[in-house]
Amino acid sequence: MKLKELESCLQQVDTFEEPKILLEQYPTSPHIAACMLYTIHNTFDDVEGKLVADLGCGCGVLSIGAAMLDAGLCVGFDIDDNALEIFKRNTEEFELTNIDLIQSDISSLSSDAYAKKFDTVIMNPPFGTKHNQGMDMQFLKTALTMATTAVYSLHKTSTRDHIQKKASDWGVNMKVIAELRYDLPASYKFHKKKSVSVSFDKL
Amino acid sequence: MKLLTHNMLTSHVKGVTKGYPLLIKATEVKVSEEEFNPNFVSRMIPKLEWSALVQAADGLGHLQDLPTELIADYEANEDFLRKVHRVLLEVEVLEGCLQCPESGREFPITRGVPNMLLNEEEA
Repeated sequence: MKLKELESCLQQVDTFEEPKILLEQYPTSPHIAACMLYTIHNTFDDVEGKLVADLGCGCGVLSIGAAMLDAGLCVGFDIDDNALEIFKRNTEEFELTNIDLIQSDISSLSSDAYAKKFDTVIMNPPFGTKHNQGMDMQFLKTALTMATTAVYSLHKTSTRDHIQKKASDWGVNMKVIAELRYDLPASYKFHKKKSVSVSFDKL
Repeated sequence: MKLLTHNMLTSHVKGVTKGYPLLIKATEVKVSEEEFNPNFVSRMIPKLEWSALVQAADGLGHLQDLPTELIADYEANEDFLRKVHRVLLEVEVLEGCLQCPESGREFPITRGVPNMLLNEEEA
């Protein structure tokens, strides 16, 4: 599947109807999702035939992309009923059967839950901007316990050094794969910055 | 909820030391065809708790001829891998609940999604 095709398919994914600000709900743009997944698949071969987890999956853009790239199974994790409902609808519309969902709170998982159960973790975690500071690092830490091969994640560029330091503390390799500019949707009225550069890192 | 997913779920209710495996109480189960990928199945097997898988499949009436003990040299045994594939990926619990073996706490499954959220007292 070509990148353009993937992006074009992901544009059809239904997204949040009433995003919950406190959960930092916004859809990963089809462009970013497609670029990210395409690289993970073509450069690193970490999607096809792999057991993939999508933490904070929301409406499932990343999972749907992974499923379309023939992940063995992609399991989406999210805390919110509404998001999971939309995700479910999406999997039915796309007729994808290599997807499963679990409703859970990633930030309160015990350290051995799902430990080393997945080949790859992909995610666009909450950045911790809504009274939930440190959320992105919690997600990252958990993701690292779950994956045996790699974690691919989106983070604010401004946190890169912090993540690099944490990565060495945790004994994992971190690499910046790409830096992308993302314009957060206007639904977030009180965001001061309109665009945030995010880089996604292979850990 | 596929049985591959069920195999990794545990109850983490406060105080529970053995919240695995979760007992499946299904009211609606679906079986559908899934593309067979022998490499994927073969790689998943070492990650599985085999007895929990057998117990789950049996409880749903879908054990069929899956061996109760893991066989040796399964990597090249296509016949065996197909049986595992069926149980791991083709049997899905759509409605019902998962019960913690220690506390009895039930985690609902709705439209195929298990809800593992704990309330404040249990976390």
